[in-house]
Amino acid sequence: MAILTTSGGSVGSYLTAFDRLEGGREHEPAWLRAIRRSAAGAFERLGLPTTRDEEWRFTNVAPIADNPFVSAPPVTVSEEAAARFVVPGIDGPLVAFVNGRYSRELSTLDTPLPGITTTTLADALERDPARLEPHLGRHLNFTDRPFAALNTALFEDGALVVVADNTVVEQAIQILFLFTVTPAPSVSHPRVLVLVGRNSQARVIETFAGIGPSRGFTNAVTEIVVGAGAVVDHYRLQRESESAFHIGHTQFQLGRSSTSSSHNVAFGGLIARHDAVAVLGDEGANCTLNGLYLADGVRLIDNHTEIDHAMPHGTSHEIYKGILDGRARGVFNGRIRVRPDAQKTDAKQTNKTLLLSDDAQVNTKPQLEIFANDVKCTHGATVGQLSEEALFYLRARGIGLDDARSLLVRAFATDVTGKIALEPVRTELDRLLAAKLPGTLAEMAFV
Amino acid sequence: MLEIKNLRARVGNKEILKGIDLAVKTGEVHAVMGPNGSGKSTLAGVLAGRAEYEVIEGSVTYNGHDLLALEPEERAREGIFLAFQYPVEIPGVNNAYFLKAALNAVRKHRGEPELDAMEFMALIRGKMKLLDMDQALMSRPINEGFSGGEKKRNEIFQMAVLEPTLAILDETDSGLDIDALKVVANGVNALRSPERSAIVVTHYQRLLNYIVPDYVHVLSEGRIVRSGGKELALELEDKGYGWIETALERA
Repeated sequence: MAILTTSGGSVGSYLTAFDRLEGGREHEPAWLRAIRRSAAGAFERLGLPTTRDEEWRFTNVAPIADNPFVSAPPVTVSEEAAARFVVPGIDGPLVAFVNGRYSRELSTLDTPLPGITTTTLADALERDPARLEPHLGRHLNFTDRPFAALNTALFEDGALVVVADNTVVEQAIQILFLFTVTPAPSVSHPRVLVLVGRNSQARVIETFAGIGPSRGFTNAVTEIVVGAGAVVDHYRLQRESESAFHIGHTQFQLGRSSTSSSHNVAFGGLIARHDAVAVLGDEGANCTLNGLYLADGVRLIDNHTEIDHAMPHGTSHEIYKGILDGRARGVFNGRIRVRPDAQKTDAKQTNKTLLLSDDAQVNTKPQLEIFANDVKCTHGATVGQLSEEALFYLRARGIGLDDARSLLVRAFATDVTGKIALEPVRTELDRLLAAKLPGTLAEMAFV
Repeated sequence: MLEIKNLRARVGNKEILKGIDLAVKTGEVHAVMGPNGSGKSTLAGVLAGRAEYEVIEGSVTYNGHDLLALEPEERAREGIFLAFQYPVEIPGVNNAYFLKAALNAVRKHRGEPELDAMEFMALIRGKMKLLDMDQALMSRPINEGFSGGEKKRNEIFQMAVLEPTLAILDETDSGLDIDALKVVANGVNALRSPERSAIVVTHYQRLLNYIVPDYVHVLSEGRIVRSGGKELALELEDKGYGWIETALERA
């Protein structure tokens, strides 16, 4: 395997961008500027990762490092063009961004819901920075994560969702980041902060999507803070173009007896990497990290997850499933850390990969670090192909080969899609998956 | 309807069918009996299009088509139905979804309009009653967690919905208690008509008390060694397969 050294040039250009932005940030609160400086410092120290870094062993980001991405130009996208990336049947507010910039036209923030604030980060930083101060950039540890550090140093806008204490939000909140084809490949660093108060419930859908064959680079970070007794469902749909680069990080900070469910779906990207990190920071927290990804051609999708059981009586459930065709590659790394105080932890991790071709491959690695003695931790990984016997059974009933294969792939995905409580998202996901597969049954709802 | 001529087939290097000749006319029910390893299931599998069997000689003509040239799904759409000896469990695909997709594939091929969800449910309700199927099984994944009897009933239920012209039952009776056997036989008999034919593969005569065949063939070591009427089955039950083999050795 070729080991590539990072070109100092691209690190340098990001730092130049930081210096330029820094000059215009007098309006930003001092605490945020300090965090940004510290992040820029971390990025300078870390540089862009190479395959010599254990965390990036199987994911060579040289195509990102070597690419002189420019800042994305402002573009207008019609409502019709954006509509197909909005999950239908969701009646909550929508915050939309095009190439990293807020789009008032595409967003629907006009009728505020009681107990909820949905707005842009730029707006919130201007109007009510004190509310952000305890959280923005505070939960995610960017000191050993170069891309998260880069986002923290450079982000210009993004979404803020705040749910007050004791508030049950019926509607799901949608956040949409659209990317268009730009004259030169461009970069954007979307940032999201979700704060859910004590005993509240909220559902947030984040979609990252490309319009046209974008070759751009998205470097996204989302921090989600779940208050004591709160319940949060988070859906992340990565539908970028098949030539795009996508690096994402989602951080969950769980309070006492809180529950978070993450459903992370990646269908797009030439190189796509996502890190889901959940910190069970108080007693009795429950966390679910589920993921589904599909790659074909020469694409690569990498999922790193980390569940940090810091306190006792926490539970975590994790299922990641990959579907790989062509010469695609998948990477799964699932770390579960159980700290000495986290007695009575119950953690379960499953990773399953379906290889649809002989040339597809996956690198999967569970990583259990257990420092408490009264805990239950299980993990399992399987890599397999479609069952010939099941294919024959379906065909023997008149279902064509393509349809039979697609049905079995959709069936494989149901461990993840079927666990999605929010019906419109569940249906949409199955539809998106079916649309990626051959056959004639795509229109026949499955889950 | 079906004409099998000098059919030879192997798995890997092992020849299992060593020259089968069998003609099934429209409206007839043929029982194929024989000891374990005689090639009964291989014959059923070759007719349905199982990939692991390689046909090395002979021909199978079905309603004028070269059956062996058709893909398994094409055979199914042309009206061939194999009731599996070991029905496959398919987690994640629910029974109703699967059967609707199958039925519509068959209907489309016949030039009939596809059924929507309502029409489909109306159609299967009566068939479920016939096979004493619990409605709850419809929303469960295919055969997953079904008892042995439920799996076999599900096979015959699918057959009742798809209404094949040639049904091939591969040891559908194995593992069934007498009550389940009667239910399954009822389902098969309900489908009997002058337009339809069936090949009933079985080890035991028991099933043939309920599905009375027009002809019985005895398979041994890949060949049909004896053919006769339904009374041949009774004779076999009485004397066992050893009788056939001893008779062959003498001949």
